[in-house]
Amino acid sequence: MTRHFFALCFSVFLFAASGVSHAQFRVEVSGVGLTQVPIVISAFKGEAGSPQKVSSIVQADLERSGQFRPVAVAGTALDEVTLPNLSVFRQVGSDALVVGSVTKLADGRFDVRFRLWDVVKGQELGGQSFAVSASDLRLAAHRVADFVYEKLTGDKGVFSTRIAYVTKVGQRFQLWVADADGENALPALASAESIISPAWSPDGNQLAYVSFESRKPVVYVHNVSTGKRRLIANFKGSNSAPAWSPDGKTIAVTLSLGGGSQLYLLNAEGGEPKRLMQSGSIDTEPVFSPDGQRIYFVSDRGGSPQIYRASVSGQNAERVTFTGTYNISPTLSPDGRWMAYISRAGGAFRLNVMELDSGAVRVISDTAADESPSFAPNGKLLVYASQVQGREALMTSTLDGRVKARLSGQSGDIREPHWGPFSR
Amino acid sequence: MKKLFFGFVVSLILAGCGTSVPLSDVPVTDATAKPVSTSGAPVPAATSTGVAPVDLTQSTAPMAPGLEKRVVYFDYDSFVIKPEFQSLIAEHARLIKAQAGRKAIIEGHTDERGGREYNLALGQKRAEAVVGALTVLGVSGAQLEAVSFGKEKPAAQGADEAVYAKNRRAEIRYQ
Repeated sequence: MTRHFFALCFSVFLFAASGVSHAQFRVEVSGVGLTQVPIVISAFKGEAGSPQKVSSIVQADLERSGQFRPVAVAGTALDEVTLPNLSVFRQVGSDALVVGSVTKLADGRFDVRFRLWDVVKGQELGGQSFAVSASDLRLAAHRVADFVYEKLTGDKGVFSTRIAYVTKVGQRFQLWVADADGENALPALASAESIISPAWSPDGNQLAYVSFESRKPVVYVHNVSTGKRRLIANFKGSNSAPAWSPDGKTIAVTLSLGGGSQLYLLNAEGGEPKRLMQSGSIDTEPVFSPDGQRIYFVSDRGGSPQIYRASVSGQNAERVTFTGTYNISPTLSPDGRWMAYISRAGGAFRLNVMELDSGAVRVISDTAADESPSFAPNGKLLVYASQVQGREALMTSTLDGRVKARLSGQSGDIREPHWGPFSR
Repeated sequence: MKKLFFGFVVSLILAGCGTSVPLSDVPVTDATAKPVSTSGAPVPAATSTGVAPVDLTQSTAPMAPGLEKRVVYFDYDSFVIKPEFQSLIAEHARLIKAQAGRKAIIEGHTDERGGREYNLALGQKRAEAVVGALTVLGVSGAQLEAVSFGKEKPAAQGADEAVYAKNRRAEIRYQ
């Protein structure tokens, strides 16, 4: 094992500058995963002269997943056509090797090529090539990371997906759409009043959110690429907590229209709300189950906020959380097996994960002001808002809490993340 | 003419042979989102039927009480209106009843502890408690709207009990 291996094993500090994003992000990864594939990601031939260091982006993606342990090997940049000397990589304990090249094309675009090697078996596992503009170089790197991740874990990679989140700088609020690593953030909405609860539509084209711009909470549905938005809930009183059904046709919301905070269903195109349930308590934060058959929600009908679930017709409500007196903000894994949520214990609000079949609960963070968890579309990672040293920050975590990464903005507070779906 | 034709043919040929198709199809996602400028215009209510705005400066009714007398404060985890605020509420009830077209919005707030959506619902309870107290004194529900800001608009910044107490409130605003 080389010195480099140990140096990289427990923390990686990357600073990626982007001319496009208004908030520059540093990615810090900490923790060691249960089973991690040791992998060497070679510098790509030609990347030093290109606008993005593709291999660094690939490495940061794989490291943030918690399932890979990058191993550094000093040496020249290896391209995808040269046969690598795999014994070198066996010696440093690496199981896999990624090599590649970035070449500027005559039309100004970049040709990104890579190959993945199984170091142990001495076989190549495939490769791809992409011709992309300079502004899409990061996306090409994320595609490389997705390919490597899928080949070596069997699961779909989320590195090419997007997240939405809200920042507050002084009295200015903005809703951002960024890559899953926090880079390339573009503002979807700017407002002098708060924006909360962004929720991606299942097709990834729209964001529903709550805006206070008209001095009361109302729900908009916002087309991300056109910037056009529709007001879908501005009923008397407060309108909030939008959640999309898996087929994208229905949005569940919390309305005070009938007094108190109660759950309603709305056609995603807008229209009259249909009341889901009647209770004398607060019912809020609806979330559809991935199979569309049930709605999980927060209710204090038992005296304090707990998580419940009911059928989509609002019947057979049953309680889901039994540990602690304050459980809110449920998010469900796409396979329906896991629920992450926020639980208050001893005054601290912490991220918890429950295995739904058994009801077994695990506290997976040790910070004290966690909010708004959201599952990645492959169900393997969570993004959530937290406070680190008095400032709000976004974190990702593996489900067991072992490997965490911090995505932090340089100025202002950052909150309300929501992880977007796989792109088609 | 010949030069023009030649140029035309060349550009046709060039347009025809782009660079080779990537081995793997990578649809490039256009993540461009057009920034939407801040909207300051009031959102038309979905259920209202053409209510004319009431301009209090034109009104002959007595002026609304000053800022310091339009906020009701609440204890932790409570929506109970304490006796010390009853006279404030009575004063506002009188004002609202004095003019049929007058509308008041009651904004409920919480301190910063806890989740945003659940706090929105708690703030709503506070606003509705004040609305309830006003309607008990004879104010028509049509002149009142209870909304919540949850923890989004604190009156004071900080993380101690004195700050929390200033944020647990309902504010009465006139349109």
